[in-house]
Amino acid sequence: METSKISIGRILSKYGMYIAFGVLFIALSVFSPVFLTATNIINILRQISVIGIMAVGMTFVIATGGIDLSVGAVMALSGVISTSLVRGDSAVPLIASLLAGIAVGIACGAFSGIFISKLNVPEFIATLATMTMTRGICYVYTDGRPITGFRDDYKFIGTGSLGVIPIPIIIYLCIVLLGIFFLNFTKFGRHVLAVGGNEKASIVSGINSARIKFVCYVISGFTSAIAGIVLAARTQTGQPVAGEGYELDAITAVVIGGASLSGGSGSVLGAVVGMLIIGVMTNGLDLLNVSSYYQKVIKGIIILVAVLSDRAKKK
Amino acid sequence: MGEHTDYIVEMKNCRKVFPGVVAVNDVSLSLRRGEVHALIGENGAGKSTIMKILAGILPLDGGEILYEGEPFSPKNPLQVLEKGISMIPQELDLVPDMSVWENIYCGQEKTTKLGVINKKVMIAETQKIFDELGIQISPLSKIYKLSVAQMQMVTIVKAIAFDADVIIMDEPTSAITDREVAHLFEVIAKLKNQQKAIVYISHKMDEIFQIADMITVMRDGCHIVTKKASELTREEVIHHMVGRDLSNMYTKDGARTEEFDPEEVLLEVNGLSKEGQFEDISFDLKRGEILGVSGLMGAGRTEVMETIFGLRKADKGTIRIKGRDVRVKNPGIAIRRGLAFVSEDRKLYGLNLSGTIKTNITMAYLSQILLGGLIIQFKKERSVVDDLMGQLKVKATSRETVVNNLSGGNQQKVIIAKWLMGEPDIFIMDEPTRGIDIGAKAEIYKIMDTLAKRGKSIIMISSEMPELLGMSDRVIVMHEGRITGKFTREECNQEILMTCSVGGNVDGN
Repeated sequence: METSKISIGRILSKYGMYIAFGVLFIALSVFSPVFLTATNIINILRQISVIGIMAVGMTFVIATGGIDLSVGAVMALSGVISTSLVRGDSAVPLIASLLAGIAVGIACGAFSGIFISKLNVPEFIATLATMTMTRGICYVYTDGRPITGFRDDYKFIGTGSLGVIPIPIIIYLCIVLLGIFFLNFTKFGRHVLAVGGNEKASIVSGINSARIKFVCYVISGFTSAIAGIVLAARTQTGQPVAGEGYELDAITAVVIGGASLSGGSGSVLGAVVGMLIIGVMTNGLDLLNVSSYYQKVIKGIIILVAVLSDRAKKK
Repeated sequence: MGEHTDYIVEMKNCRKVFPGVVAVNDVSLSLRRGEVHALIGENGAGKSTIMKILAGILPLDGGEILYEGEPFSPKNPLQVLEKGISMIPQELDLVPDMSVWENIYCGQEKTTKLGVINKKVMIAETQKIFDELGIQISPLSKIYKLSVAQMQMVTIVKAIAFDADVIIMDEPTSAITDREVAHLFEVIAKLKNQQKAIVYISHKMDEIFQIADMITVMRDGCHIVTKKASELTREEVIHHMVGRDLSNMYTKDGARTEEFDPEEVLLEVNGLSKEGQFEDISFDLKRGEILGVSGLMGAGRTEVMETIFGLRKADKGTIRIKGRDVRVKNPGIAIRRGLAFVSEDRKLYGLNLSGTIKTNITMAYLSQILLGGLIIQFKKERSVVDDLMGQLKVKATSRETVVNNLSGGNQQKVIIAKWLMGEPDIFIMDEPTRGIDIGAKAEIYKIMDTLAKRGKSIIMISSEMPELLGMSDRVIVMHEGRITGKFTREECNQEILMTCSVGGNVDGN
């Protein structure tokens, strides 16, 4: 039961999000003189880079049919641990502090991953527990106070730039390219989508689905750590409260990008477009002086429209 | 109410269009009270579609429906239910954790004057209907404790409890044994006596001629013929269904296309046991052989094969693959040793339904087309997939077609293609032709035959006797977890298989 006919409706629903993004972009360019300036575009990209990086890892998790609620807390922990190592005139090399932050993120992801893949704890519950515990550890480690006064070489990650392009955008780009590579071009990525599409069938096909799921949570922990480091460097503080609620923004971006929460679909590029839509909308509404209270309402509407158009596409 | 001879439902010139395809084209169908009307056709013929229209699940695009002579345009399933039309879907939708009576009255609970659920009355009513139909299930037992056949009965009773006058059954026997089928038919006969109109959708010719009063054949969305069952023969029906003659479905001859030693034993199973599931299972499988496994539902056939494939663990026994003892801890090991497994439940264990044909076919042996063990070589993947789709004649517009949109037969071919990619030596096929139409069945048989000629070995679990007798070189029969008979093709017949399946003894082996 299929057709080779190409109708306008099909194109609209298939590329709906890209078209919506284009329309939004053009409209803002027309209505706001500031919008389409290099400074503003770079500003938008820098703003979305932190959550965007997390959304790449989240794409992998959601593609397996899972969800990771712990990303916001994990990014905070990675941020405070890595910044705490390079405070004042600490002799710890920058790379060591970054690796420590990344190791913490990976450990948190592995922790959730073990409970989910080996002990069959539901993803929502396992990562909720990880989220709560990780946030608690942040407070314990910092005694609830933000970490400030760390070295400039660390801050450079958030505030520096290569030519005109800020470092966070470059890091985001690298993570996106890595994500696209692994999800679309490797056996691992194919297996991720197979496990998300039908875990039982993937097992019968000889895929070690437990391991695939485990690795996806590790990836999500990794990207959360990178995001945490970028955020701490940009804001020049290691905040134990950082990233509160970011998990939902990351999930939003992935869903707007066309992934189904039941697994089996999702693309890194989609998550980028989802992030761009959120970023451009927020920026545009700011430029047009719309209150941030309304922005939340509009974001909610975008999620619904995205999911509905995805439904229509699948019918 | 009209007289008994009057039509209770008349569907006139009904039409249903899905994007790009006319699923039901100008089909008229009339149902009488007290009559079993069989609806036959290959998958994709439109029979389920037209019944879904009647059940209010799909909207009508053209034509009209009359209910007791009055125009009736169903808008949703509930409205249709209230009108007295009930459809029993192929996939049973019962709530496993609720009891039988709760399921039966789910959505139409009887209450006392105070609005409190009246449990007593509902349990008593359930029991009453069970007694009338001779069903032996406790209204209080939980659904998950029932067998598939019992669940089927509960679903039917649910339809009756809704006071349905028209009951549509979509492939009701696809998952139950012959004995259970007999019971189902008794129930249908009783419903007929109660002047219900019954639509019976099925692939199985034997059943249809056993139970139907009227037969309607559909093909490619069109109405082909409606006649009294007594005025049609089996061959005529098959001819109408496929539009071609299928006198010789089972392709099997001794000719080999490749040189191999037919005495070489590829698989040897010795004393395989699992508490409560099967005991002391021993058999061997030679190269180029099709070994049929017969038995009733629950005989443990699937469990044994899943154990050999590493999906379950045995307590005792050994598995020797190509002369080497193998501890098959997971399917990965089995696959590396040259085993392939085609599950009885395509959708649950075989396919990633939301994936494309391409990703499904390369799911198991993706490693073969990797560059440096990491990157997928897309060009190679495309050519491998196209080649396999061509070999197995998978009908689809492209390799990027989503598998969910394929017919059952084509889905099954995609699964076989997936395994063929790795050129395994041993295929375990569990009910390989279940739920697929006759034309596709013949093609699957042909594929199996080709594989055997090339020196591949096949273990085929099947509940269809003609299929077992037509395709197997040898047959083993299981009953309650034990092997109760082993026969060669020549020794075997339906009676022997049936006797062993129910635990009886057959002399001579």
